[in-house]
Amino acid sequence: MSVITVERKVLAKNDVIANENRSAFKRNKNFVINLLSSPGSGKTSLVEKTIEVCKNKLKIAVIEGDVQTDLDAQRIDKLGVPVAQIVTNGGCHLEANLVKDALNSLNTNDVDFLVIENVGNLVCPAGYDLGEDFKVVVLSVTEGDDKPLKYPAMFRNASVLVINKIDLLPYLKCSIDELKKNALSINPSLKIFETSCTTGKGVDSWCSWIQSNLQSK
Amino acid sequence: MHELGIAQNIIEIVQDQTKNYSNRKIKNVFVKVGKLTNVLNDSLVFGYDALIMGTNLEGSKLSIETVPAKIRCESCGSESVIDGLTFCCDQCKSTSVKLVNGMELTVFEIEIEDLSEVT
Ligand SMILES: Nc1nc2c(ncn2[C@@H]2O[C@H](COP(=O)(O)OP(=O)(O)OP(=O)(O)O)[C@@H](O)[C@H]2O)c(=O)[nH]1
Ligand SMILES: [Mg+2]
Ligand SMILES: [Zn+2]
Repeated sequence: MSVITVERKVLAKNDVIANENRSAFKRNKNFVINLLSSPGSGKTSLVEKTIEVCKNKLKIAVIEGDVQTDLDAQRIDKLGVPVAQIVTNGGCHLEANLVKDALNSLNTNDVDFLVIENVGNLVCPAGYDLGEDFKVVVLSVTEGDDKPLKYPAMFRNASVLVINKIDLLPYLKCSIDELKKNALSINPSLKIFETSCTTGKGVDSWCSWIQSNLQSK
Repeated sequence: MHELGIAQNIIEIVQDQTKNYSNRKIKNVFVKVGKLTNVLNDSLVFGYDALIMGTNLEGSKLSIETVPAKIRCESCGSESVIDGLTFCCDQCKSTSVKLVNGMELTVFEIEIEDLSEVT
């Protein structure tokens, strides 16, 4: 038998396109986050709140990734913010080429802040670079404080953790301190925010963080 | 679901790398899969076997080497294999560590039949 030595990254194709996206974002001075969580943790709610608080201060655009329907895009559209919907038709994560296609239908020249809401899934999207500046993972307190330990790749690859639905803490056994400790044991450099999209608590400091990143773009 | 896409990527890489050997059978494809990639080996093999039907890779075998997650400590320099739960140095317990292995997803070798075996 003959052996051919290869050493080729399996996702090289995705990485090439992700880097093209990254160059486009840089040219347009877009600050871009890849928003990740399990289904229903409040990604779209957080985007809605962010739009509510920041709409007058910065230009926002949104790319919505879902397995089916454009329901999330409709929610964003109602707020008068440019939005593109990617329907993956069963695909469990977004890939860079899908984002690239979406960028064709979304003018990001004058956009300050672009949110890419990924498919609700704490596993598969972790390994796919889309060209974003940061991966932001949302974890709601109803999911339990052990989740960072169960999904280490996601928490390791993310730069920011938003702990959402803190208004529900009185009804749950979830400990915020334990949750943070677990998250930081996987990734000591995680920046952590605590929010409630229902009461609006904590959304201000999240928005300040976005603002401070725009300035460094 | 996502293993199927990865299998497709692997097949494309193999086809690209073997295009100068088109008369020889592809026997084995060796890939390295890091522990932290969330890839399920069984699903990957299942997807691979399904997708190679009717292609020039039909009959080849996907062999997976799982690479453990390994960190290097930025304080004391020692390396430790981790179970995925604690990014913490075995020696000095520092948490300022760099991941050195565990995220790989690479095709590293392809075995094809020798010229003498070509029928
Ligand atoms: N109590 C409470 N409910 C919330 C909060 N944030 C979101 N929700 C509710 O949680 C549900 C899911 O919120 P979404 O924003 O659709 O979650 P998502 O992560 O975008 O969901 P997918 O895109 O389907 O994965 C909705 O019923 C929201 O009203 C919160 O801070 N507190
Ligand atoms: Mg949503
Ligand atoms: Zn050490």
